[in-house]
Amino acid sequence: MQTLEAVLAEHAFFRDLPHDDLQLIAGCGSNVRFPGGARLFHEGDPADRFFLIRHGKVALEIGSPERGRVVIQTLGAGDLLGWSWLVPPYRMSCDARAVELTRATAFDGACIRRKCEADPRLGYELLKRFAQVIGQRLRATRLQLLDVYGTRG
Amino acid sequence: MSTELAGDRPAAGPPGVEPMAPRRFRVRRVTREIHDTVTLDIEPSDQAEEFSFAAGQFNMLYLFGLGEVPISISSDPAHLRVLAHTVRAVGPVTNALCRLKRGQVLGVRGPFGSCWPVREAVGGDVVIVAGGIGLAPLRPVLYHLLGHRDQYGRIALLYGARTPNDRLYERELSRWRGRFDVQIEATVDTAVAGDEWRGHVGVVTTLIPRAEFDPAETIAVICGPEVMMRFTIEDLQKRGLTSDRIYLSMERNMKCAIGLCGHCQFGPTFVCKDGPVFRYDRIAPLLKVREL
Repeated sequence: MQTLEAVLAEHAFFRDLPHDDLQLIAGCGSNVRFPGGARLFHEGDPADRFFLIRHGKVALEIGSPERGRVVIQTLGAGDLLGWSWLVPPYRMSCDARAVELTRATAFDGACIRRKCEADPRLGYELLKRFAQVIGQRLRATRLQLLDVYGTRG
Repeated sequence: MSTELAGDRPAAGPPGVEPMAPRRFRVRRVTREIHDTVTLDIEPSDQAEEFSFAAGQFNMLYLFGLGEVPISISSDPAHLRVLAHTVRAVGPVTNALCRLKRGQVLGVRGPFGSCWPVREAVGGDVVIVAGGIGLAPLRPVLYHLLGHRDQYGRIALLYGARTPNDRLYERELSRWRGRFDVQIEATVDTAVAGDEWRGHVGVVTTLIPRAEFDPAETIAVICGPEVMMRFTIEDLQKRGLTSDRIYLSMERNMKCAIGLCGHCQFGPTFVCKDGPVFRYDRIAPLLKVREL
Protein backbone atom coordinates (compact mmCIF):
# COMPACT_ATOMS: atom_id res chain seq x y z
CA MET A 1 0.00 0.00 0.00
CA GLN A 2 1.25 3.47 -0.91
CA THR A 3 2.13 5.83 1.94
CA LEU A 4 0.58 9.29 1.99
CA GLU A 5 4.01 10.81 1.36
CA ALA A 6 4.35 8.74 -1.80
CA VAL A 7 0.88 9.83 -2.96
CA LEU A 8 1.78 13.49 -2.36
CA ALA A 9 5.12 13.15 -4.13
CA GLU A 10 3.32 11.99 -7.29
CA HIS A 11 0.88 14.88 -7.29
CA ALA A 12 1.68 17.92 -9.45
CA PHE A 13 0.91 20.33 -6.61
CA PHE A 14 3.59 18.86 -4.32
CA ARG A 15 6.07 18.00 -7.09
CA ASP A 16 9.76 18.52 -6.24
CA LEU A 17 9.13 19.25 -2.56
CA PRO A 18 11.90 17.75 -0.39
CA HIS A 19 11.09 14.50 1.35
CA ASP A 20 11.18 16.17 4.79
CA ASP A 21 8.54 18.68 3.70
CA LEU A 22 6.32 15.93 2.33
CA GLN A 23 6.67 14.12 5.63
CA LEU A 24 5.62 17.22 7.57
CA ILE A 25 2.61 17.80 5.31
CA ALA A 26 1.58 14.14 5.30
CA GLY A 27 1.61 14.30 9.11
CA CYS A 28 -1.37 16.65 8.91
CA GLY A 29 -3.33 14.53 6.39
CA SER A 30 -5.82 11.71 6.55
CA ASN A 31 -7.89 9.88 3.98
CA VAL A 32 -11.60 10.69 3.84
CA ARG A 33 -14.58 9.42 1.81
CA PHE A 34 -17.84 11.18 0.95
CA PRO A 35 -20.86 9.43 -0.58
CA GLY A 36 -22.63 11.16 -3.49
CA GLY A 37 -24.71 14.12 -2.21
CA ALA A 38 -22.71 14.56 1.02
CA ARG A 39 -21.71 18.06 2.08
CA LEU A 40 -17.99 18.58 2.58
CA PHE A 41 -18.55 22.03 4.04
CA HIS A 42 -20.89 25.02 4.01
CA GLU A 43 -20.16 28.66 3.18
CA GLY A 44 -19.08 30.43 6.39
CA ASP A 45 -17.92 27.23 8.11
CA PRO A 46 -14.54 27.41 9.84
CA ALA A 47 -11.94 26.71 7.14
CA ASP A 48 -10.02 24.12 9.10
CA ARG A 49 -9.27 21.74 6.21
CA PHE A 50 -8.30 21.51 2.58
CA PHE A 51 -8.58 18.49 0.34
CA LEU A 52 -6.63 16.75 -2.36
CA ILE A 53 -9.29 14.93 -4.40
CA ARG A 54 -8.15 11.46 -5.40
CA HIS A 55 -11.32 10.12 -6.98
CA GLY A 56 -14.81 11.43 -7.74
CA LYS A 57 -16.24 14.89 -8.23
CA VAL A 58 -17.07 17.82 -5.95
CA ALA A 59 -19.37 20.73 -6.84
CA LEU A 60 -18.74 24.21 -5.45
CA GLU A 61 -22.01 26.05 -4.94
CA ILE A 62 -23.21 29.49 -3.95
CA GLY A 63 -26.72 30.74 -3.24
CA SER A 64 -28.37 33.11 -5.70
CA PRO A 65 -31.69 34.83 -4.91
CA GLU A 66 -32.86 34.43 -8.52
CA ARG A 67 -31.57 30.98 -9.39
CA GLY A 68 -31.35 29.20 -6.05
CA ARG A 69 -28.19 27.18 -5.50
CA VAL A 70 -25.82 27.56 -8.42
CA VAL A 71 -22.87 25.29 -9.18
CA ILE A 72 -19.98 27.55 -10.10
CA GLN A 73 -17.29 24.91 -10.50
CA THR A 74 -16.67 21.20 -10.25
CA LEU A 75 -13.39 19.70 -9.16
CA GLY A 76 -12.23 16.17 -9.85
CA ALA A 77 -9.40 13.72 -9.33
CA GLY A 78 -6.09 15.51 -8.89
CA ASP A 79 -7.65 18.87 -8.02
CA LEU A 80 -7.02 20.77 -4.84
CA LEU A 81 -10.07 21.96 -2.90
CA GLY A 82 -9.94 24.78 -0.36
CA TRP A 83 -7.59 27.67 0.27
CA SER A 84 -9.50 29.62 2.94
CA TRP A 85 -7.59 27.78 5.69
CA LEU A 86 -4.55 29.80 4.63
CA VAL A 87 -5.82 33.35 5.20
CA PRO A 88 -7.90 34.99 7.95
CA PRO A 89 -10.72 34.90 8.84
CA TYR A 90 -10.38 31.18 7.98
CA ARG A 91 -13.97 30.78 6.76
CA MET A 92 -15.15 28.72 3.77
CA SER A 93 -16.20 30.95 0.86
CA CYS A 94 -18.76 28.58 -0.72
CA ASP A 95 -20.52 25.25 -0.22
CA ALA A 96 -18.94 22.01 -1.39
CA ARG A 97 -20.96 18.90 -2.20
CA ALA A 98 -19.83 15.50 -3.45
CA VAL A 99 -21.53 14.90 -6.80
CA GLU A 100 -20.60 11.22 -6.64
CA LEU A 101 -18.62 8.97 -4.35
CA THR A 102 -15.49 10.98 -3.64
CA ARG A 103 -12.25 9.94 -2.01
CA ALA A 104 -9.80 12.57 -0.91
CA THR A 105 -6.96 13.33 1.42
CA ALA A 106 -7.98 15.95 3.96
CA PHE A 107 -5.33 18.18 5.52
CA ASP A 108 -5.73 19.87 8.87
CA GLY A 109 -5.30 23.58 8.11
CA ALA A 110 -4.29 24.61 11.63
CA CYS A 111 -1.71 21.83 11.76
CA ILE A 112 -0.15 22.94 8.44
CA ARG A 113 -0.24 26.58 9.49
CA ARG A 114 1.67 25.77 12.68
CA LYS A 115 4.34 23.95 10.70
CA CYS A 116 4.58 26.83 8.24
CA GLU A 117 4.98 29.37 11.06
CA ALA A 118 7.75 27.23 12.48
CA ASP A 119 9.44 26.81 9.09
CA PRO A 120 8.96 29.97 6.97
CA ARG A 121 10.76 28.37 4.01
CA LEU A 122 8.11 25.65 3.86
CA GLY A 123 5.44 28.28 4.45
CA TYR A 124 6.65 30.40 1.55
CA GLU A 125 6.90 27.36 -0.74
CA LEU A 126 3.35 26.29 0.03
CA LEU A 127 2.09 29.86 -0.24
CA LYS A 128 3.58 30.16 -3.75
CA ARG A 129 1.88 26.94 -4.81
CA PHE A 130 -1.49 27.90 -3.35
CA ALA A 131 -1.20 31.37 -4.91
CA GLN A 132 -0.95 29.67 -8.32
CA VAL A 133 -4.14 27.71 -7.66
CA ILE A 134 -5.92 30.83 -6.40
CA GLY A 135 -4.69 32.75 -9.47
CA GLN A 136 -6.03 30.08 -11.84
CA ARG A 137 -9.41 30.08 -10.07
CA LEU A 138 -9.54 33.89 -10.16
CA ARG A 139 -8.76 33.88 -13.88
CA ALA A 140 -11.48 31.30 -14.57
CA THR A 141 -13.94 33.32 -12.48
CA ARG A 142 -13.18 36.44 -14.53
CA LEU A 143 -13.97 34.57 -17.75
CA GLN A 144 -17.12 33.21 -16.13
CA LEU A 145 -18.16 36.72 -15.06
CA LEU A 146 -17.89 37.95 -18.63
CA ASP A 147 -20.70 35.55 -19.54
CA VAL A 148 -19.22 35.36 -23.02
CA TYR A 149 -21.89 33.10 -24.49
CA GLY A 150 -24.79 35.29 -23.41
CA THR A 151 -26.69 37.72 -25.62
CA ARG A 152 -26.84 41.37 -24.72
CA GLY A 153 -30.49 41.97 -23.89
CA MET B 1 -4.39 43.61 -48.83
CA SER B 2 -2.08 40.90 -47.59
CA THR B 3 -2.93 37.27 -48.05
CA GLU B 4 0.11 36.20 -46.01
CA LEU B 5 -2.02 36.08 -42.89
CA ALA B 6 -4.53 33.57 -44.14
CA GLY B 7 -4.95 29.95 -43.12
CA ASP B 8 -5.62 27.34 -45.79
CA ARG B 9 -7.18 29.07 -48.78
CA PRO B 10 -9.58 27.21 -51.02
CA ALA B 11 -11.04 29.14 -53.96
CA ALA B 12 -13.90 31.52 -53.05
CA GLY B 13 -17.11 30.06 -54.44
CA PRO B 14 -17.52 27.38 -57.06
CA PRO B 15 -15.78 27.94 -60.43
CA GLY B 16 -17.81 29.81 -62.99
CA VAL B 17 -20.32 31.15 -60.47
CA GLU B 18 -20.71 34.89 -60.01
CA PRO B 19 -19.78 35.38 -56.31
CA MET B 20 -22.27 38.21 -55.73
CA ALA B 21 -25.27 36.36 -57.20
CA PRO B 22 -27.16 34.17 -54.72
CA ARG B 23 -28.28 30.70 -55.80
CA ARG B 24 -31.63 29.33 -54.73
CA PHE B 25 -31.58 26.68 -52.02
CA ARG B 26 -34.53 24.95 -50.39
CA VAL B 27 -34.86 24.03 -46.71
CA ARG B 28 -34.89 20.28 -46.36
CA ARG B 29 -34.96 19.98 -42.58
CA VAL B 30 -35.03 22.26 -39.55
CA THR B 31 -33.60 20.98 -36.26
CA ARG B 32 -34.12 23.03 -33.12
CA GLU B 33 -30.84 22.69 -31.24
CA ILE B 34 -31.55 24.95 -28.25
CA HIS B 35 -34.11 27.65 -27.46
CA ASP B 36 -32.63 30.30 -29.78
CA THR B 37 -30.66 28.19 -32.24
CA VAL B 38 -31.63 25.97 -35.17
CA THR B 39 -29.77 23.94 -37.74
CA LEU B 40 -31.02 24.37 -41.30
CA ASP B 41 -30.29 21.55 -43.73
CA ILE B 42 -30.56 23.04 -47.20
CA GLU B 43 -30.13 21.70 -50.74
CA PRO B 44 -29.86 23.39 -54.14
CA SER B 45 -33.24 24.04 -55.77
CA ASP B 46 -31.65 22.65 -58.91
CA GLN B 47 -31.31 19.03 -57.78
CA ALA B 48 -28.45 18.37 -60.22
CA GLU B 49 -26.24 20.94 -58.55
CA GLU B 50 -23.58 19.86 -56.09
CA PHE B 51 -21.82 22.02 -53.56
CA SER B 52 -18.34 21.51 -52.19
CA PHE B 53 -16.70 23.33 -49.33
CA ALA B 54 -13.83 22.98 -46.89
CA ALA B 55 -14.22 22.79 -43.11
CA GLY B 56 -14.23 26.32 -41.71
CA GLN B 57 -15.73 28.11 -44.70
CA PHE B 58 -18.95 30.10 -44.57
CA ASN B 59 -21.87 31.02 -46.81
CA MET B 60 -23.87 34.22 -47.10
CA LEU B 61 -27.49 33.25 -46.45
CA TYR B 62 -29.99 35.64 -48.03
CA LEU B 63 -33.64 36.02 -47.14
CA PHE B 64 -35.29 37.84 -50.00
CA GLY B 65 -36.31 41.36 -49.08
CA LEU B 66 -34.85 41.09 -45.59
CA GLY B 67 -31.10 40.78 -45.81
CA GLU B 68 -28.04 38.59 -45.82
CA VAL B 69 -25.85 37.16 -43.06
CA PRO B 70 -22.61 35.15 -42.99
CA ILE B 71 -23.12 31.70 -41.45
CA SER B 72 -20.47 28.98 -41.13
CA ILE B 73 -21.20 25.66 -42.76
CA SER B 74 -21.63 23.06 -40.04
CA SER B 75 -22.11 19.85 -42.04
CA ASP B 76 -19.76 17.13 -43.21
CA PRO B 77 -17.56 18.36 -46.10
CA ALA B 78 -17.78 14.86 -47.59
CA HIS B 79 -21.54 15.25 -48.14
CA LEU B 80 -22.07 17.34 -51.24
CA ARG B 81 -25.87 17.26 -51.56
CA VAL B 82 -27.05 18.80 -48.29
CA LEU B 83 -25.49 21.70 -46.40
CA ALA B 84 -26.12 22.43 -42.73
CA HIS B 85 -25.95 25.87 -41.14
CA THR B 86 -26.48 26.34 -37.42
CA VAL B 87 -28.06 29.74 -36.84
CA ARG B 88 -28.57 31.61 -33.59
CA ALA B 89 -31.40 34.16 -33.53
CA VAL B 90 -29.72 37.44 -32.62
CA GLY B 91 -30.99 39.94 -35.22
CA PRO B 92 -33.75 40.45 -37.81
CA VAL B 93 -32.25 38.16 -40.48
CA THR B 94 -31.15 35.38 -38.13
CA ASN B 95 -34.52 35.53 -36.33
CA ALA B 96 -36.25 35.05 -39.68
CA LEU B 97 -33.82 32.26 -40.63
CA CYS B 98 -34.70 30.49 -37.40
CA ARG B 99 -38.39 30.66 -38.35
CA LEU B 100 -37.90 29.03 -41.79
CA LYS B 101 -39.91 25.88 -42.49
CA ARG B 102 -39.20 22.85 -44.62
CA GLY B 103 -39.61 23.65 -48.32
CA GLN B 104 -39.02 27.40 -48.05
CA VAL B 105 -36.43 28.99 -50.31
CA LEU B 106 -33.44 31.16 -49.46
CA GLY B 107 -30.49 32.55 -51.38
CA VAL B 108 -26.95 31.28 -50.86
CA ARG B 109 -23.62 32.79 -51.90
CA GLY B 110 -20.41 30.94 -51.20
CA PRO B 111 -18.53 29.14 -49.93
CA PHE B 112 -16.12 31.83 -48.84
CA GLY B 113 -13.01 32.19 -46.73
CA SER B 114 -10.09 30.14 -45.48
CA CYS B 115 -10.45 26.75 -43.83
CA TRP B 116 -9.22 24.77 -40.86
CA PRO B 117 -5.76 23.16 -41.31
CA VAL B 118 -6.88 19.53 -41.54
CA ARG B 119 -4.08 18.73 -44.01
CA GLU B 120 -1.34 20.25 -41.81
CA ALA B 121 -2.66 18.22 -38.90
CA VAL B 122 -2.22 14.85 -40.62
CA GLY B 123 0.03 12.55 -38.60
CA GLY B 124 -0.31 14.48 -35.35
CA ASP B 125 -2.76 15.11 -32.53
CA VAL B 126 -5.62 17.58 -32.86
CA VAL B 127 -7.21 19.60 -30.07
CA ILE B 128 -10.52 21.28 -30.87
CA VAL B 129 -11.69 23.96 -28.45
CA ALA B 130 -15.20 25.31 -28.97
CA GLY B 131 -17.23 27.81 -26.99
CA GLY B 132 -20.99 28.25 -27.39
CA ILE B 133 -22.09 28.38 -31.01
CA GLY B 134 -18.40 28.22 -31.95
CA LEU B 135 -18.90 24.47 -32.08
CA ALA B 136 -20.81 24.86 -35.37
CA PRO B 137 -17.84 25.93 -37.56
CA LEU B 138 -15.74 23.22 -35.90
CA ARG B 139 -18.17 20.35 -36.42
CA PRO B 140 -16.98 19.82 -40.03
CA VAL B 141 -13.43 19.40 -38.66
CA LEU B 142 -14.58 16.61 -36.39
CA TYR B 143 -16.51 14.98 -39.24
CA HIS B 144 -13.39 15.12 -41.38
CA LEU B 145 -11.05 13.80 -38.66
CA LEU B 146 -13.37 10.92 -37.78
CA GLY B 147 -13.89 10.18 -41.48
CA HIS B 148 -10.11 9.88 -41.92
CA ARG B 149 -9.38 8.56 -38.43
CA ASP B 150 -6.27 6.56 -39.34
CA GLN B 151 -4.50 9.70 -40.59
CA TYR B 152 -4.48 11.43 -37.20
CA GLY B 153 -3.13 10.79 -33.72
CA ARG B 154 -5.17 11.63 -30.64
CA ILE B 155 -8.23 13.83 -31.10
CA ALA B 156 -9.72 15.87 -28.25
CA LEU B 157 -12.82 18.04 -28.38
CA LEU B 158 -13.18 20.49 -25.49
CA TYR B 159 -16.57 22.16 -25.56
CA GLY B 160 -17.90 24.87 -23.27
CA ALA B 161 -21.46 26.18 -23.13
CA ARG B 162 -23.22 28.68 -20.91
CA THR B 163 -25.56 26.22 -19.12
CA PRO B 164 -26.58 22.58 -19.66
CA ASN B 165 -29.56 23.83 -21.71
CA ASP B 166 -27.29 25.70 -24.09
CA ARG B 167 -25.34 22.72 -25.43
CA LEU B 168 -25.42 22.16 -29.19
CA TYR B 169 -25.55 18.79 -30.97
CA GLU B 170 -26.23 16.94 -27.75
CA ARG B 171 -27.12 13.65 -29.42
CA GLU B 172 -24.06 13.70 -31.65
CA LEU B 173 -21.74 14.58 -28.75
CA SER B 174 -23.17 11.69 -26.81
CA ARG B 175 -22.54 9.34 -29.75
CA TRP B 176 -18.95 10.56 -30.17
CA ARG B 177 -18.38 10.20 -26.43
CA GLY B 178 -19.08 6.49 -26.86
CA ARG B 179 -16.12 6.11 -29.22
CA PHE B 180 -12.77 5.04 -27.85
CA ASP B 181 -10.74 6.91 -30.43
CA VAL B 182 -11.78 10.46 -29.56
CA GLN B 183 -11.75 12.36 -26.27
CA ILE B 184 -14.91 14.42 -25.78
CA GLU B 185 -14.97 16.78 -22.79
CA ALA B 186 -17.86 19.16 -22.18
CA THR B 187 -18.36 21.80 -19.52
CA VAL B 188 -20.87 24.49 -18.68
CA ASP B 189 -20.12 27.87 -17.11
CA THR B 190 -22.79 27.42 -14.44
CA ALA B 191 -25.50 24.94 -13.53
CA VAL B 192 -28.34 24.91 -11.04
CA ALA B 193 -27.56 22.62 -8.11
CA GLY B 194 -29.66 19.51 -8.10
CA ASP B 195 -30.64 19.54 -11.78
CA GLU B 196 -29.84 16.59 -14.01
CA TRP B 197 -26.44 17.90 -15.22
CA ARG B 198 -23.76 15.71 -13.69
CA GLY B 199 -20.91 16.82 -15.92
CA HIS B 200 -18.16 19.34 -15.47
CA VAL B 201 -18.86 22.93 -14.38
CA GLY B 202 -16.32 25.64 -15.10
CA VAL B 203 -15.13 27.66 -18.08
CA VAL B 204 -13.83 25.80 -21.12
CA THR B 205 -10.21 26.57 -20.27
CA THR B 206 -10.50 24.35 -17.18
CA LEU B 207 -10.74 21.38 -19.57
CA ILE B 208 -7.35 22.05 -21.16
CA PRO B 209 -5.33 20.22 -18.47
CA ARG B 210 -7.46 17.11 -19.16
CA ALA B 211 -6.76 16.99 -22.90
CA GLU B 212 -4.32 14.30 -23.97
CA PHE B 213 -1.88 15.50 -26.64
CA ASP B 214 1.78 15.90 -27.46
CA PRO B 215 2.31 19.67 -27.81
CA ALA B 216 5.16 19.24 -30.30
CA GLU B 217 2.92 17.25 -32.65
CA THR B 218 -0.42 18.96 -32.12
CA ILE B 219 -2.57 21.38 -34.06
CA ALA B 220 -5.17 23.26 -32.00
CA VAL B 221 -8.24 24.82 -33.58
CA ILE B 222 -10.37 27.26 -31.59
CA CYS B 223 -13.68 28.96 -32.19
CA GLY B 224 -15.80 30.97 -29.80
CA PRO B 225 -16.11 34.48 -28.40
CA GLU B 226 -12.85 36.39 -28.84
CA VAL B 227 -12.12 36.71 -25.13
CA MET B 228 -12.66 32.96 -24.68
CA MET B 229 -10.20 32.29 -27.51
CA ARG B 230 -7.65 34.62 -25.87
CA PHE B 231 -7.85 32.76 -22.54
CA THR B 232 -7.73 29.42 -24.36
CA ILE B 233 -4.60 30.36 -26.32
CA GLU B 234 -2.80 31.35 -23.10
CA ASP B 235 -3.63 28.02 -21.49
CA LEU B 236 -2.65 26.00 -24.58
CA GLN B 237 0.66 27.85 -24.63
CA LYS B 238 1.16 26.92 -20.97
CA ARG B 239 0.77 23.30 -22.07
CA GLY B 240 3.61 23.86 -24.54
CA LEU B 241 1.80 24.56 -27.79
CA THR B 242 3.57 27.11 -29.97
CA SER B 243 1.71 29.96 -31.69
CA ASP B 244 2.23 28.48 -35.16
CA ARG B 245 0.26 25.39 -34.13
CA ILE B 246 -2.82 27.32 -33.02
CA TYR B 247 -5.60 28.35 -35.42
CA LEU B 248 -8.66 30.41 -34.65
CA SER B 249 -11.75 31.60 -36.47
CA MET B 250 -12.37 35.33 -36.31
CA GLU B 251 -15.71 37.04 -36.52
CA ARG B 252 -16.32 40.51 -37.94
CA ASN B 253 -19.20 42.23 -39.69
CA MET B 254 -19.01 40.59 -43.14
CA LYS B 255 -21.09 42.02 -45.98
CA CYS B 256 -19.72 41.36 -49.48
CA ALA B 257 -17.68 38.25 -48.48
CA ILE B 258 -15.16 38.83 -51.28
CA GLY B 259 -12.92 41.50 -49.79
CA LEU B 260 -14.38 44.53 -51.53
CA CYS B 261 -16.59 46.42 -49.11
CA GLY B 262 -14.20 46.63 -46.16
CA HIS B 263 -16.81 46.05 -43.44
CA CYS B 264 -14.83 43.13 -41.98
CA GLN B 265 -11.44 44.79 -42.13
CA PHE B 266 -9.15 43.51 -39.39
CA GLY B 267 -5.88 45.46 -39.52
CA PRO B 268 -4.31 44.73 -42.91
CA THR B 269 -6.69 41.83 -43.59
CA PHE B 270 -10.29 41.20 -44.51
CA VAL B 271 -11.82 38.49 -42.37
CA CYS B 272 -14.11 37.35 -45.20
CA LYS B 273 -11.30 36.87 -47.70
CA ASP B 274 -8.12 36.29 -45.67
CA GLY B 275 -9.99 34.53 -42.85
CA PRO B 276 -12.11 33.61 -41.06
CA VAL B 277 -9.54 30.97 -40.06
CA PHE B 278 -6.17 32.46 -39.18
CA ARG B 279 -2.99 30.97 -37.80
CA TYR B 280 -2.52 32.61 -34.42
CA ASP B 281 1.09 33.75 -34.80
CA ARG B 282 0.08 35.68 -37.92
CA ILE B 283 -2.58 37.78 -36.21
CA ALA B 284 -1.41 37.83 -32.59
CA PRO B 285 -0.35 41.52 -32.71
CA LEU B 286 -3.75 42.48 -34.17
CA LEU B 287 -5.61 40.78 -31.31
CA LYS B 288 -3.84 43.06 -28.85
CA VAL B 289 -5.22 46.20 -30.51
CA ARG B 290 -8.35 47.38 -28.73
CA GLU B 291 -11.55 47.66 -30.75
CA LEU B 292 -9.82 46.67 -33.98
